Amino acid sequence: MSIAASFEIEYLQYLDESGTLLGEDAPAFARDVRALVDAYKLMCFTRVFDGKAIALQRTGKLGTYASCLGMEATYVAIGSALTEDDVFAPFYRDYGAQFQRGVKPREVLLYWGGDERGNDFSGPAHDFAWCVPIATQCLHAAGAALAFKIRKEPRVALATVGDGGTSKGDFYAAINAGGAFALPLVVVVVNNQYAISIPRAQQTAAKTLAQKGIAAGIESVQVDGNDLVAMHVALDHAIKRARHGHGASLIEAVTYRLSDHTTADDARRYRSEDEVTAAWEREPIKRLRAYLQGMNAWTDAEEKDWLAECARRVDAEIDAYLETRAPPVTAMFDHTYAELPLDLERQRADALATAKG
Amino acid sequence: MPQINLIEGITLALAHEMARDPAVVVLGEDVGVNGGVFRATVGLQQKFGAERVIDTPLDEAMIAGLAVGLAAQGMRPVAEAQFEGFMYPMIDQIASHAARMRTRTRGRLTCPAVFRAPWGGGIHAPEHHSEAIEALFTNIAGLRVVIASSPGRAYGLLLAAIRDPDPVIFFEPKRIYRQYKEDVADDGEALPLDVCFVLRDGWDVTLVTWGAQVKETLEAADALAAEGIRAEVIDVATLKPLDFDTIHESVKKTHRCVIVHEAPYTGGFGGEIAARLAEHALYDLHAPVERVAGYDVPMPLYKLEMNYLPNVARIVAAAKRALAAG
Ligand SMILES: Cc1ncc(C[n+]2csc(CCOP(=O)(O)OP(=O)(O)O)c2C)c(N)n1
Ligand SMILES: [Mg+2]
Repeated sequence: MSIAASFEIEYLQYLDESGTLLGEDAPAFARDVRALVDAYKLMCFTRVFDGKAIALQRTGKLGTYASCLGMEATYVAIGSALTEDDVFAPFYRDYGAQFQRGVKPREVLLYWGGDERGNDFSGPAHDFAWCVPIATQCLHAAGAALAFKIRKEPRVALATVGDGGTSKGDFYAAINAGGAFALPLVVVVVNNQYAISIPRAQQTAAKTLAQKGIAAGIESVQVDGNDLVAMHVALDHAIKRARHGHGASLIEAVTYRLSDHTTADDARRYRSEDEVTAAWEREPIKRLRAYLQGMNAWTDAEEKDWLAECARRVDAEIDAYLETRAPPVTAMFDHTYAELPLDLERQRADALATAKG
Repeated sequence: MPQINLIEGITLALAHEMARDPAVVVLGEDVGVNGGVFRATVGLQQKFGAERVIDTPLDEAMIAGLAVGLAAQGMRPVAEAQFEGFMYPMIDQIASHAARMRTRTRGRLTCPAVFRAPWGGGIHAPEHHSEAIEALFTNIAGLRVVIASSPGRAYGLLLAAIRDPDPVIFFEPKRIYRQYKEDVADDGEALPLDVCFVLRDGWDVTLVTWGAQVKETLEAADALAAEGIRAEVIDVATLKPLDFDTIHESVKKTHRCVIVHEAPYTGGFGGEIAARLAEHALYDLHAPVERVAGYDVPMPLYKLEMNYLPNVARIVAAAKRALAAG
């Protein structure tokens, strides 16, 4: 008997739960205080936004909202690793990445507030909009990457997908295309341990989600998704490879969804308080703060001021959202086609007449 | 007799049939421990175990394909799509296999599976959670397509769907899941899958509808009644195969027909009913058939969804146009 193929999955972590830098081989980024503080501030901003969005939903001012609580390091790292020219294909809780790309909090709120104008956001016009049909965005990123390859553009397409999403054919097809065509594609699996109520262990018998990329023939790694430094290093490597024609990769970011699945969910039905309490020990913001404070790069006073500033900025965005007038009835006909066909004009008139009573 | 709402009618039918027939299994995302995102399968896993109430990995093509395999080998799968907007990946398995298993094997293999999903708009849900997609399935030969619109009909029609020897698409109008309660006996009595239900007798105009629009259509009938107009209201319930005779009998009496559905107008199932009226009932009609439907645009996000869905005013206006003509 001989071995036809063998593989290993590396696990990347630099900052442990307590914010201590592990090992001797720390990357230069771990000493880049300015970049780390910027990332930390964005993580805090994302969390403040998240809390206020949930509160808006609870008071009836927002529809169902998908929280990103606990996943801030993963998303903020993605946002800072991409350039504006790259294409981002998010799923639905990627705000920490999107804010860095210019998406405004008010636009996130518009989307969950039932208004398509949220999808016409201020981020790069080539970025894909939020994607609710699970894992379908992975193929869009692969298609975008194929376009870059055909046109010989030094651009990268990055898709995010959940742990649940890795069960779907679209995900497998996308990473397979990434391997088969050697695409400038990076797929980040945001493994937050649950797909609504289904725990990660029930989603697949595979030991890691990263190893699914091995079957697709692409470089694959598992990363502590709550460790901003590790996420940065993994993304930087994968994006550079993609940009320089070395093909696609998969990053499994191991994190935890500290919130309910969405505001329509009650996670107490399917997971224990103890498990959630333990997960709070590993959350990303606390650990990065401890690391920064250990380097005297962040003070309690700065923390207090910055959180107040986040609250002020988010409140201003919420006001802008709440002040946005509902779209006119006829908006549902706009953009159905490049130009409104004659056949639809009659229906548009009917909708308008009905709305006027 | 317990007072239950529509979604409890679903749960009751599933529990009844699982207890009666060990071949019945329920599978889908979050249907087990969580009891379904709408609570349709609540308590079933505790009662019947995780082998019969199966929390699946996340892939609708997989769920549908597993259901085909289960059904072909003597099980009675009830597969759930969490929302109708996530049924699209199931269509390959449903159209290419479930619907034609019996035909292509000359009856050697069959597919007694139920594919159920919450259906339609009006609950302020996110994108892709509010579509009315029944017409995608009514054009697939070999399927039954059923939409329940009351607690009692949810119970009786779902029992019938599970017992039916062929594949059934079973839609549940989520907007009226909890609209009201009524007495439903857990007597295991299935309702027929080949009849329309006449919900109100009338002689001036026939209002034909299904799903959540039954609510608005009955309200429109009330509004018309206040003006002395007696509308007959028909809940089609089983769109395919269609009980056209019940609709035709009504139109012979009223000579006027309004069809109401929330799916888009073009290619909506109302077009099929209108075509049959043109073929078989033209001389019974005193006015052109009216259709009140969703518009031919993607279902808008929730700020505009109520402007998209047919409402009482549009139904009443259509009925009056029909009454004024001829
Ligand atoms: C095709 C499809 N099926 C079902 C759903 C309903 N749904 C929304 S989120 C979700 C779980 C997704 O889990 P995961 O991929 O792990 O991402 P997470 O939400 O945990 O970030 C499901 C089943 C959907 N949006 N799309
Ligand atoms: Mg998940």
